[in-house]
Amino acid sequence: MAKPEGELTWKDLEIGAIVTEPGSASQYQTGDWRTEKPIIDLDKCNQCGLCYLFCPDAAIELNGEGYPEADLFYCKGCGICATECPKKAITMVEEEE
Amino acid sequence: MSAQRIGVEVSQAIAIATRLANVDVVSAYPITPQTHIVEDIAELVANGELDASYIPVESEHSAMSACLGSSAVGARTFTATAGQGLELMHEVLYVASAMRLPLVMAVANRALSAPISIWGDHSDVMAVRDTGWIQIFAANGQETFDNVLCAFRIGEDHRVLLPVMVHLDGFFLTHMIEPIYIPEQSEVDRFLPPYQYPLPLDPDKPLSMGGMGAPNIYTETKKAQEVALVAAKEVILEAWGEFNNIFGRNYSPVEGYHCEGAKVLLLAMGSFSETAMSAIDALRDEGKEVGLIKLRLWRPFPFEEVRQVVKGAEVLIVLDRALSFGGPGGPVCSELRSALYHEDKKPKVIGFVGGLGGRAITIDGFKEIINRGIEISQKGSEQEFEMFGVRE
Repeated sequence: MAKPEGELTWKDLEIGAIVTEPGSASQYQTGDWRTEKPIIDLDKCNQCGLCYLFCPDAAIELNGEGYPEADLFYCKGCGICATECPKKAITMVEEEE
Repeated sequence: MSAQRIGVEVSQAIAIATRLANVDVVSAYPITPQTHIVEDIAELVANGELDASYIPVESEHSAMSACLGSSAVGARTFTATAGQGLELMHEVLYVASAMRLPLVMAVANRALSAPISIWGDHSDVMAVRDTGWIQIFAANGQETFDNVLCAFRIGEDHRVLLPVMVHLDGFFLTHMIEPIYIPEQSEVDRFLPPYQYPLPLDPDKPLSMGGMGAPNIYTETKKAQEVALVAAKEVILEAWGEFNNIFGRNYSPVEGYHCEGAKVLLLAMGSFSETAMSAIDALRDEGKEVGLIKLRLWRPFPFEEVRQVVKGAEVLIVLDRALSFGGPGGPVCSELRSALYHEDKKPKVIGFVGGLGGRAITIDGFKEIINRGIEISQKGSEQEFEMFGVRE
């Protein structure tokens, strides 16, 4: 796709909006849907990885030190990570915009 | 012309048209009054006269879904349904047009339940008006046969790539035996090139159809679809022109009958417009300046042609065979009023709803509608529209 999806005009679309490039879902910014984002308190986190396992969008990755990091490009802000965290280390905070 | 004119049931003629169009896939679920069409096709396939896959399914929803898939791999695809069956297909109809799959469907127009009615009217069509399909109304058996062939050529044209419905009145046409010209295979081949979808589903060239359209792109996809449907009219005219060149029968989006100089016009669709012609003849004999508009192309709506044909008329009487409950009457009448609203000089548009659930309107009935329409145009009416022939 030459342009990002949000910049395509109706004339740029393939017939029937067919997607001709494989793997294009990675360009899809589901983070747009979010109203709250997860803030992770690393002092409370015990690196159990439950947030990583429960995230339905695989938007939480574990960094080199084993701590979780949310990928806000994909995170929809569902809050499942915050609910599941046994140490209450994740807080959902409203997006400012 | 080496065409043979034979007496044949219109449903069977449609099956013959699919054979001559050499369709690859047919998926359908039988429903009255469409049944003969799909039975006849099944027989052609079973007898080896038509080399096609016939996919029996458990519902119309599945029939249309199977048609999407076959059209998407580049197979020439046909189906047929009626009434409740068309309603059960409803959500998939939008997918066919949005994915730009040029399958062809004959719709044996039928009333909707309840009460259960297997008989004809246009309630089923009007409920799928906005599905994005090209929609053509046939007035008789020959028009039905011809327009099934035209539908493949129009829909499959790379400038169009849209599905096409050919509407024929349930029973009034589906079960009628008419003399119909059946062309030679070579003539049909000359008119109808093989189907080639530009971006078919192909394991060697993977692509995705029917993906998610987020708020940032959905509007653009709908605009593209709207432009395509409107632009299809040029190709429809071209196809009908070429059809006329080869087969000598001429079709147009709107057909006027004694419209020249007529002060009063009646507009009807489908087979009822044939009966209405006789009523026009009778009224002309009485010295009344009346004419008839047969609206053949329903989508894309032929705005220019309609405005042209009503020019000079003072009264336009519209017969709808469907009711928009609690609204301004019939959907066709609403459409005509809307199409003429901005014209400086326009006729009064008088709406009637009649011919529901298989009730016939005779020649005398049409005369009555026209006379009552003239009366309403002069004295007005307390109702937005009138239901013709209802027992009060």
